[in-house]
Amino acid sequence: MNTTAEPAAPVREGEAATAEPSFLRWIENNTPGDSRLIMCIQCGTCGGSCPSGPDMDHSPRQVFAMVRAGLKDEALSSNTPWYCVSCYLCTVRCPQEVHITDIMYTLKSKAIEEGMAQVDAAKVWSETFIGYVEEYGRSFELGLATRHNIRHRPMGMTRAASLGVGMLAKGRIDLTPQVIEDVGQLRLILWKAKELEAEQ
Amino acid sequence: MTGEEAQTNGHRIGVYVCHCGTNIAGVVDVEHVSEWAKDALGDRGVVVGKDYKFMCSDLGQELIQKDIEREGLDRVVVAACSPHLHEKTFRNATERGGLNPYLCEMASIREQVSWVHTNKAIATEKAKAMISGAVERVKEHESLEPFRVPIEEATLIVGGGIAGIQSALEIANAGHPVYLVEREPSIGGHMAQFDKTFPTLDCSACILTPRMSEVGVHPNIELLTWSEVEKVEGYVGNFAVTIRKKASYVINEDCTGCGICWQKCPKKVIDDKFEVGLGYRKAIYTPFEQAVPKYPVIDHDNCTYFEKGSCKACEKFCPTEAINFEDEDEVITVNVGNIVLATGYDLFDARRIPQYGYGRLANVFTSLEFERMTNAAGPTDGDIVLRDGVTAPKSVGIVHCVGSRDRNFNNYCSSICCMQSLKFAHLVHERTGAEVFNFYIDIRTPAKEYDEFYQRVLDEGTRFVRGRVAEVTDAARLPGEEGKLIVQVEDTLAGQQRRIPVDMVILSAALEPRTDAYETAKKFGIACSANGWFTEKHPKLDPVATMTEGVFIAGCSTGPKDIPATVSQGSAAAARILSYIEMGELALEPVRATVIAEQCSGCRICNDLCPFNAISYDAETELSEINIALCQGCGTCVAACPAGAITGTGFSNEQVLAQIEGLLMLNVEPQPVAEPA
Amino acid sequence: MKYMFYPGCSLHRSARPYLDSLAAIQEKLTMELQEVEDWNCCGATEYMSVYRAPAHALVGRNLALAQQQSNGSDTVMAACSACYLNLEKTENYMRTDEELNNKVNTALAEGDLHYDAGSIQVRHLLDIIYNDVGMDRIKNLVTNPLEGLKVAAYYGCMIVRPDVNQRWNSPEYPTVLEELMEALGAEVIDFPMKTHCCSGHMTQISSDVAYELIRRLIYGATHYEADILVTLCPMCQLNLDAYQIEMNNHFDTDYVMPILYFTQLMGLAFGIEPEELGIGREFVSAKQALAKIGAPVPDEVPEKGKPRRKKKKEEGLPMPQVSTRFNGGSK
Repeated sequence: MNTTAEPAAPVREGEAATAEPSFLRWIENNTPGDSRLIMCIQCGTCGGSCPSGPDMDHSPRQVFAMVRAGLKDEALSSNTPWYCVSCYLCTVRCPQEVHITDIMYTLKSKAIEEGMAQVDAAKVWSETFIGYVEEYGRSFELGLATRHNIRHRPMGMTRAASLGVGMLAKGRIDLTPQVIEDVGQLRLILWKAKELEAEQ
Repeated sequence: MTGEEAQTNGHRIGVYVCHCGTNIAGVVDVEHVSEWAKDALGDRGVVVGKDYKFMCSDLGQELIQKDIEREGLDRVVVAACSPHLHEKTFRNATERGGLNPYLCEMASIREQVSWVHTNKAIATEKAKAMISGAVERVKEHESLEPFRVPIEEATLIVGGGIAGIQSALEIANAGHPVYLVEREPSIGGHMAQFDKTFPTLDCSACILTPRMSEVGVHPNIELLTWSEVEKVEGYVGNFAVTIRKKASYVINEDCTGCGICWQKCPKKVIDDKFEVGLGYRKAIYTPFEQAVPKYPVIDHDNCTYFEKGSCKACEKFCPTEAINFEDEDEVITVNVGNIVLATGYDLFDARRIPQYGYGRLANVFTSLEFERMTNAAGPTDGDIVLRDGVTAPKSVGIVHCVGSRDRNFNNYCSSICCMQSLKFAHLVHERTGAEVFNFYIDIRTPAKEYDEFYQRVLDEGTRFVRGRVAEVTDAARLPGEEGKLIVQVEDTLAGQQRRIPVDMVILSAALEPRTDAYETAKKFGIACSANGWFTEKHPKLDPVATMTEGVFIAGCSTGPKDIPATVSQGSAAAARILSYIEMGELALEPVRATVIAEQCSGCRICNDLCPFNAISYDAETELSEINIALCQGCGTCVAACPAGAITGTGFSNEQVLAQIEGLLMLNVEPQPVAEPA
Repeated sequence: MKYMFYPGCSLHRSARPYLDSLAAIQEKLTMELQEVEDWNCCGATEYMSVYRAPAHALVGRNLALAQQQSNGSDTVMAACSACYLNLEKTENYMRTDEELNNKVNTALAEGDLHYDAGSIQVRHLLDIIYNDVGMDRIKNLVTNPLEGLKVAAYYGCMIVRPDVNQRWNSPEYPTVLEELMEALGAEVIDFPMKTHCCSGHMTQISSDVAYELIRRLIYGATHYEADILVTLCPMCQLNLDAYQIEMNNHFDTDYVMPILYFTQLMGLAFGIEPEELGIGREFVSAKQALAKIGAPVPDEVPEKGKPRRKKKKEEGLPMPQVSTRFNGGSK
């Protein structure tokens, strides 16, 4: 594999992997509990089990290998975490009990932080969703669907619109967002949490 | 008591500090410690303080011997590894120097100091404290003499698989009596179920059955099949073992093994033992044709007569009137000097991994089912067919590591599955010409001729896919998948998720400890590992002995292993026992616990705590009693007794308190000491 | 039996029929539900994709509110699988990861809130119905058994995985929903895809991926001859129901597999009117399937083409001796 992290000239032992411990450690430290990332034996249970595996750039285990090899750019620019559907099949089947799904979340947030998220639709969907949650305290399906579709049209605008009309007709979507009473309190909490996270 | 108040009491003590190469010397300043012992402990009786690279070497031992003679030492302290490893070595050296061996004490400054500390200054101070404790303790030591117990000549072997058979034959051929207990109606074990053995492809039955018949007719072997051990009492050299011979409803003395009874028996039962559910037997049966002994048994729970009160077809047709429906269990007691536990393994229940579909998808088979299927004497006469009993598969997937190397189930490698799966690939290829896929994480072929066999199977065209199978399903979704079993896997070498349609899937299931392994271990007073396998006395240097003298272990009961290793262990256990029988009597460690009768209240707290079943309660005297031959001197009861009524020879209260005082004489704060070179 | 109730955003919107049917059967089940006041969104799978500690603080606010409002019950019940998992995960990580616990509580303190990890039990509606109400009570409530209705019980992912508190008998092959459906009198099919993914948020990210995942499930349920697929998660219902038509367009197929909530079928079996249970608001009409149990049939009945499954022969080698129900989970 072609990498930017790999040095061009041979280096003495100990120098090659300078990037590795810090990136690996960062991922481990920012995954809740014990991620067990270093326990992966590359058996492929994750990649075999994954419902969106065929559409991923890399199997989860390959991403873990990149993380362990210090190939930060390659790991963060892979579409793999963005195609994770959070079904946890890999996590419960993993013979080494690696917390695969949780590590995927950590990789996504790191990729956004570093401006390397490759799957724009996924990133924007997450961000749009979060935007509504922070604005109203609840998600707002109609707003989400329209705002997201205007930019990304995963299923084409016409189809999305007809689906929306259907939802309205069935009484399954609201035209206005629901707002929680103490949205100010929620914002204070989230603001503080973000501040704490940035301190790291 | 302070250091100054400590008395020499006329003792002359030698302190020897071992470097253990760099194991100890890398962390503890051993030169400093040995000099300190001589200088600082002089007023406490230490007259010699020496350090040496390897105290356990001949030269190291000679140091002790010579100092005893020249310096007139009367006590020896060796600061080295754990007493588990070399206590015997240094006791022997002490004895050769002319002292009673029990006047030697070890301080474990490797396991308890250098291997668990990184701060050199603290480690060095702690080593000193431990030596200080050992010095105070050894002053309280007394000369002891070992117990001698006679060895009963007969041996009990539990389990009639190849390990038990091997042990039995070795001992019986040397001229000594053997009781061989087997819970099934025939000996033979798992090996009798197999078709071929890897890597030579010998026919399993061809190499096993001669050994089985040899056992059956051996004048020195009393074969107790359809029997189970109920109780074990006594100790090495003199065990009394209670055995239940289950009612077989057949009078063996009259039975000729002609087989008319099972031909006539109208009740067909799915055989979930020998045929692992893949075939049928009758309610009166022997598990297989070459069974040893040849006598059948009646399966009480499935017999029509016992169910409905009428039938007795077997009795009607038996030409020698050998059926007895009034038969009852018989309980016998045998006296033996030694015991071999060769109780084998159970196969992992593949239903516990529902995504592999076993039990739900008809054409998913376990490894043991496949062994029966390929066996010419098995339910399909050796034909490899689908569950419909007729269709030969055109493609077969063999899944490695099912329930092994998986922290959800068993975190160990079952060691035989790689070779077994390669053998299956070969057999499928040879007999059906079907396309074979082996799905593996790693191929492990470490023994003689094993990797060569892998090469052969590669050469035959078996497709190897490196990836642990994610799931087996019949839910088709792509062209060509309809009606097939689809093996979904990441081909980790190609980096692709693949769905491979096959007709048949074989799951190479893990080897697990018997479900009653803990119960068995408790019955015989031995221990199990966290995984449930019987624990060896030493995993490398004493792999067939246990911490309980006279109880030996062999074969898969100690962990997964192949046939050659199993047979080796059967022989090894026999060799250990033969040497005991040859000795006629055995010297036992005098380090034992004793009950002080006047202080014992008979509360029995100690009885259940003893890991060696050495303590019993005498209803007449209302006191607990310790069987000194069973006691291993572990000290559990001494610590547990609420009345302080149990004392240990070799670990008396005086000795332990002196050691604690000695430890506390030093203030172990990090002192500025020279870093070891 | 009193519980606190965290409905989550979906139940107020796209999964309204779920909420309505729950409300309709709640009394019969003698369940008293106290809604957590002023709850906020759990963040679904999205918040965690961008933030870590804030994602848990978001959920932490709900846990803190529940603890504060707790009045006779320390159990918070969620009916949506994503809500259930997020609440359960944050609760669990706050209990086991001290650093995270401190961060979340420091953030909560800004809003004068605090959550003591371990003080709230998070449980899913199905768990409560199965274990607290119990199958015997359910059977007694059945007045209109669902006889003849072939049901595929579908769990989706997040209720049984990763199952941090080991509440379910298997992360791959649970059987609780099947038992419940059998208690209602329905015929339950063995549906091997019962815990496969409904495509989650992929409908918004890559419709090709989403349509394929939806197709597998709809095709599977059709292949195994189910009349209806019953679910317990708003996301699963939405994806399989609303996007089923899109999926059919995409692949040029004509599957008709109605998707209902298990609470709707409970209501029908208890004799409650379909309308009260929100039946009729699904995209793929359930009316034809429900006609089998005597529910009103609509005027036009769409054609239903199904591949037939081959019957297994009853000869040959015996199958492994296995109870029809798998009950031993791996965890």
